[in-house]
Amino acid sequence: MDPENLRYTKEHEWVRVEGDVGIIGITSHAQSELGDIVYVDLPKPGTVIQQGKTIGSVESVKAVSDIYTPVSGEVVEVNGLLTESPETLNKDPYGTGWLVKIKLSDPGEPAKLLTAAEYQAFVGTETS
Amino acid sequence: MIDFGGWDMPVQYASLLEEHHAVRQRVGLFDVSHMGEIEVRGPEALRLVNYVTTNDASRLQPGQAQYSGLLYEHGGFVDDILVHKVADHDYFLCVNASNQDKDYQHIVTHNKFDATVENAGARYAQLAVQGPRALDTLQKLTPVPLAPIRYYHFVDNAVSGATARIARTGYTGEDGFEIYFPPADAPRIWDEILEAGAEFGIKPCGLGARNTLRLEAAMALYDHEIHASITPWEAGLGWIVKMDKGDFVGRRALALQKDRGVTRKLTGFEMTGRGIGRDSYEVCIDNVGAGWVTSGGPSPTLNKNIGFCYLPNTQAESGRPIQVMVRGQAVDAVTVPTPFYKRTK
Repeated sequence: MDPENLRYTKEHEWVRVEGDVGIIGITSHAQSELGDIVYVDLPKPGTVIQQGKTIGSVESVKAVSDIYTPVSGEVVEVNGLLTESPETLNKDPYGTGWLVKIKLSDPGEPAKLLTAAEYQAFVGTETS
Repeated sequence: MIDFGGWDMPVQYASLLEEHHAVRQRVGLFDVSHMGEIEVRGPEALRLVNYVTTNDASRLQPGQAQYSGLLYEHGGFVDDILVHKVADHDYFLCVNASNQDKDYQHIVTHNKFDATVENAGARYAQLAVQGPRALDTLQKLTPVPLAPIRYYHFVDNAVSGATARIARTGYTGEDGFEIYFPPADAPRIWDEILEAGAEFGIKPCGLGARNTLRLEAAMALYDHEIHASITPWEAGLGWIVKMDKGDFVGRRALALQKDRGVTRKLTGFEMTGRGIGRDSYEVCIDNVGAGWVTSGGPSPTLNKNIGFCYLPNTQAESGRPIQVMVRGQAVDAVTVPTPFYKRTK
């Protein structure tokens, strides 16, 4: 199940807000569709990014997929674990498999994203 | 599920990597019913088969199969196929799913012989049982002894009580069998093979593992390594061309190209930098465009990122440093001999 306390995008990313920082990742549905993940490319800390833009890519055995940031702001931390152990994204997409932390430039953005229920409904229509 | 030549097929059942390793170490089961079948029969069936294919079907004994090419007059591939000799005057061709109708039309167009051509894909389901325990698995379901069937040979017998053609062929680089039988029996036979292979750790395998396995074994995939603008010389498939067998479609163009010299060559590579070269990525030598990737991806068996690319003939020797353009960045790679993986017998 997709956690209730996160917000989601139709591009299958999630964001969790902690203070003025948004932690972002990809959903369980996304990692499952991609299959075994072998590379994760992420922006460097300090990069300023804008909602909806490509900030990196996730590469599985079978395909490459872009990552779009659900929120705008400055990258303050990158999950270094994913360089050594990209399979973490398959195992724990909502926990240790987070991608980057972003200092939010517009704290109002997350509330406009999909709720868990809305995201699940979207995934349901996409796969049926 | 993805649409693959009009067939809904799974890329993976559970995990592509687990499916891949199951085939290398134990046994895997593939539903390859999408593959097409074309039957050529009649007094001049051999003459027709030999006229439309590159290999020499006259060398086949009944119960023997060969890898071959269907070419256009200009020497490019219509398809790559397996030719099975069932009996004198009776040949069974296994062709690629998405090429089936094109192949059929192509053969019919060139049929100036006393032979009939039937597009028989709808009458056959096909399953591939592949891996070191494939024989042990399939043997439980058939009375015919499988061990004496040699590589690229086949028998007509039964699997799970259904009439079946059992061929010791495959697309994985492992030992194994491809079986052809009436579609009505497919769901039951699929289940019975999974049950028979359970003690060996059998896994149902999707298109994803099929691709990584064939890539490691350096087997060509239509629309990637070969297509209408690629000749067998360029694709490293000269061994399936028998120029001395008599006339065949594409022979003149091949002779001409051989005279003038082949200018590009299919070459294996492995990534030395961080990145994966994938289908259609540009390949550079000394940072100048030189070719393109035909297939590429991680090799689960070798733990390397491997692939095939076309390079100028003069620069295709192994050990040459190349760069693959991965989403705008040049990533280092080196050309290597193929196959990337060869099983120990």
